[in-house]
Amino acid sequence: MSRTATSESQIPEATAPRRAFGDVAFKAITTGFAVGILLLLGAMFFVLWRESALAIEAFGPGFLTSAKWNPVTEKFGALVAITGTLVSTVIALLVAVPVSIGIALFLAELAPEKIRTPFGVAIELLAAIPSIVYGMWGLFVLAPLMSAYLQPALGGLFGWTPFFSGPQMGIGMLTAGLVLALMIIPFIASVTRDVFRMVPAQLKESAYGMGATTWEVVKDIMIPYGRKGIYGAVFLGLGRALGETMAVTFVIGNAHRLNWSLFAPGNSIASTLANEFTEADGDLYLSSLVALGLVLFLITFLILGFAQLYLKRMSAPGSKG
Amino acid sequence: MTSNLVTKPKHTDPTPPEADAVSETPPRDAVRPPRKPHLEASRRGGRKVEKAKVSVRGLNFFYGEKQALMDNTLDIAEGKVTAFIGPSGCGKSTHIRTYNRMYDLYKGQRAEGEILMDGVNILSPEISSLELRHRIGMIFQKPTPFPMSVFDNVAYGLRLRGNMPKSELEGRVEQALKDAALWDQVQDDLHKPGTDLSGGQQQRLCIARAIAVEPEVILMDEPCSALDPIATGKIEELIEEFRGRYTVVIVTHNMQQAARVSDYTAFFYIGKLVEFGDTDTIFTNPRKQQTEDYITGRFG
Repeated sequence: MSRTATSESQIPEATAPRRAFGDVAFKAITTGFAVGILLLLGAMFFVLWRESALAIEAFGPGFLTSAKWNPVTEKFGALVAITGTLVSTVIALLVAVPVSIGIALFLAELAPEKIRTPFGVAIELLAAIPSIVYGMWGLFVLAPLMSAYLQPALGGLFGWTPFFSGPQMGIGMLTAGLVLALMIIPFIASVTRDVFRMVPAQLKESAYGMGATTWEVVKDIMIPYGRKGIYGAVFLGLGRALGETMAVTFVIGNAHRLNWSLFAPGNSIASTLANEFTEADGDLYLSSLVALGLVLFLITFLILGFAQLYLKRMSAPGSKG
Repeated sequence: MTSNLVTKPKHTDPTPPEADAVSETPPRDAVRPPRKPHLEASRRGGRKVEKAKVSVRGLNFFYGEKQALMDNTLDIAEGKVTAFIGPSGCGKSTHIRTYNRMYDLYKGQRAEGEILMDGVNILSPEISSLELRHRIGMIFQKPTPFPMSVFDNVAYGLRLRGNMPKSELEGRVEQALKDAALWDQVQDDLHKPGTDLSGGQQQRLCIARAIAVEPEVILMDEPCSALDPIATGKIEELIEEFRGRYTVVIVTHNMQQAARVSDYTAFFYIGKLVEFGDTDTIFTNPRKQQTEDYITGRFG
């Protein structure tokens, strides 16, 4: 009797502090991880800022608006690289978003049950291919095809605009954009497919029940319902396209010239860094490259930050998730 | 539609083969021998209704290999409210989903038999399911407001049917919302998302959306199962007002609801139509023991 009573009274005393300690420790550890990420982000920004101080001092805000990039005279400006990064990303999104939504709709709604899984896996495998493989494929396969077929066709149709004029060499801004598109399609498509799968069956049936066709259900119900999720998927692809290095470096042409034509070679921030970091001999040269990195960091940060804000603010009619 | 049925008689299964040879353009009765729906319905355990809007004859339904409905035969009276009751999984929802061929959306699901709407077999492949769904409205268990404004929700079906002048569209949307007893609450918020409404209001929005296109038949698949008692009462009031104007078929788990709102009641059990008759008889003097056991709460 007394033994039982003693052990009963001991149990709460013995376990209570231990459990509380476990909780506290667990919380501390996870908090540490989370704070660590923020510290790392801050440290990266700090280092980029410090290392680019020389360039910022030398060129000031003009660094952002100057199209000069001359290691010999040590005059550096980021405009060409910034433009290249933004233009190639925009091309990639323009191509990838509609294609991805199409793939997602096919996989979620139209494809026969049997091929959905193999198709979905194949799309996801595309995301696992290393970017350097995309780059080599772009250079050796896509670029010749571009100069042989797509560029002459576009030149013939739209050659009167400045965007599709000039020599059709295969490599250049357009090819870089297309390779980027190919690389982000798997991400956007698979997330979007999951978004479409979450549309409640009864909601779709309601629209079908009104006499809507499949296309009308997709256009009026599924896409508006999943709009928030689709934007999320697009921003995921956007973030990836902005910083993609190797694939772009292979096919963008690496020329520090501004050109209206999408056929012309250009440069992106990431490809400039990849190409020139090992060659940078002067302090100012190296500092300018780091400043480019800082610019890319800020562009990515701003765009994705804005995207998050937009997603939060967006009171999409009917979107619940 | 009728002429299509005639020119391709192979789709009307009960047609005797020799009917093909009768003539090139026979009247429909020559292809499909005249039936006596009331007699046949009563022979199969149903009861006659005044004027049948929908006549279901020997309806079998399959989910792949699995048969979910066995030889259902009954008449849905025009302008009346018919309630389907029965335990979960008894096939009552499956049954009404054949009326607008909702099962067409899913591979492996198929219906056999005949569903005659105004005498035309709507299960025939000659009948476009899109056209059919223009004539049959459906309300679901959960409110399903579309991701668009209140106004666009109600206008949706009207817009699917083609362009109409803005003033007429606005008039019909307003009328539908009034008929659904929702106008007073939303008239200043027509541009707001339909999802911002309360659950009961959302369901009435869906009803407004359905009646805006003046359907002939309204199918309701447990329309109050996600609603509180007050919202449920409002939906039941609406059903009351629809009597005479629309042919209503309502699936419900709630036997009091069936007793309150319906003129006719059908009791389903494991895919079979056990008993069908006017609601008073079913609830006060059922002929089958199974029906009595269910309505007195002995199982289900």
